[in-house]
Amino acid sequence: MKQPSAFVDRMLYILLVPAMFVSLYLIFIWSPIEKQMGASQKIFYFHVSTAWVAFLAFFVVGYYCVLTLKKPTESRFIKAGISAEIGVVFTTITLLTGMIWGKSAWNTWWTWEPRLVTVLILLFIYIAYLFVRKMEGTWEKIAKLSAVFGIIGCINVPIVFMAIRWWNTKLHPVVFGEGKNQSGGGVEPDMLVTLLFCIGTITLLYLFMMRKGIEIEKMRLTVRKAKSKVIEKLAS
Amino acid sequence: MKIILADALTIAAKDLRNELKSKQTIGMMIIFSSLVILIFSFAFDPTNNTVKAIIPGLIWVITIFSGLLGLNRSFISEQENDSLTGLRVAPIDPSSIFLGKVVANLVLVIIVQLISIPILFLLFDYRFHGEMIWFLLIVLTATIGFIVIGTFLAALAANAKNSEMLLPVLLLPLLSPLMIGAVQATKIVLEQEGMKDAVSWLQLMAAYDLLFFAACFFLFEYLMEGS
Repeated sequence: MKQPSAFVDRMLYILLVPAMFVSLYLIFIWSPIEKQMGASQKIFYFHVSTAWVAFLAFFVVGYYCVLTLKKPTESRFIKAGISAEIGVVFTTITLLTGMIWGKSAWNTWWTWEPRLVTVLILLFIYIAYLFVRKMEGTWEKIAKLSAVFGIIGCINVPIVFMAIRWWNTKLHPVVFGEGKNQSGGGVEPDMLVTLLFCIGTITLLYLFMMRKGIEIEKMRLTVRKAKSKVIEKLAS
Repeated sequence: MKIILADALTIAAKDLRNELKSKQTIGMMIIFSSLVILIFSFAFDPTNNTVKAIIPGLIWVITIFSGLLGLNRSFISEQENDSLTGLRVAPIDPSSIFLGKVVANLVLVIIVQLISIPILFLLFDYRFHGEMIWFLLIVLTATIGFIVIGTFLAALAANAKNSEMLLPVLLLPLLSPLMIGAVQATKIVLEQEGMKDAVSWLQLMAAYDLLFFAACFFLFEYLMEGS
């Protein structure tokens, strides 16, 4: 691989590892304990940051899908795929941390609230997108098909959110108001700093994973090409 | 635009004539929807009064499940004798293929609904009190949305070997906002609650229909390009 790319990777790594430890320190030691929920609120920092990255990854997928439709290139296709894979991981983490938090804060694992359901459907769309990419055929064809699906999926997410918000506010009492504890009104400044730092760290993690994933995928492609070349040579 | 419509109608007529002769897909869809009702009557006791509350949901479960069967066939059947390539190289706009397939599928699903919804009301001993016009309007709006996005994804999934399995996985998450609207609006009409809410759900569904129709209409040619 080229030199500058390796340098960027190393820099990201050097930044990421301390940032992770610092954010752990900020979460567990530095930031104050929330009054009502106690220590269980700490999961909130990772929950919000992974949710943010899940949506970010989704928009990256949408962005590269549009680009792929404009002009299909291998690297755009790979980028969209890697972003979707990372998106699945982060969406799952968001759901799991949210459930743990919900159990301790609301005393229920799951509630049909707009944000929860949107994230769940987002996960399903991600997985469906990955299924489309696993189809047989030339990569140009799959790139086109998956890009089309990615765009349709992107259009869908805001509508899902609106529909579920309507569903819940019009026909059921609103059980959990806007931003249960923090995100709406009063965020402690210390908590906000921790939260922002966490979001930064997780975004960095996303970037790092993205770069690594792209590199691995490209290596895989190179190996596959070399393999088919060898097979051709042996056959002829 | 006129040419696209005329071509679309030709394709739809071809599909429907084909269906009229074989009656394979539509027969299967109707039988399947009746079977779903049967299974549901085992799952939820129809003599129980509270079961009336799930009727709006059942209407849509039946529509989606039986509709999926028809959607699966609509492009797979074109692969025999490579007719899809024939359509693709024909001197027509790709969008007219989409439009034609949408019309054909819509007709099929509406026929199935015309038979299965009365059967559902009959077997569950449900007395219809709501306003017929609104009920039909809601059913039609939601069905159009379902068929538009379903036809599009069926064309996409037809490229895969396991398209029968792939289509529901692709379709159901995208369908979720439409289904929320459809079930809620149907419930409001059947239980004769405030019509204002039903109208706003109807607006949401109409917006969904238009948005996805436009998106699918323009993206469809990318699906047809690939070999």
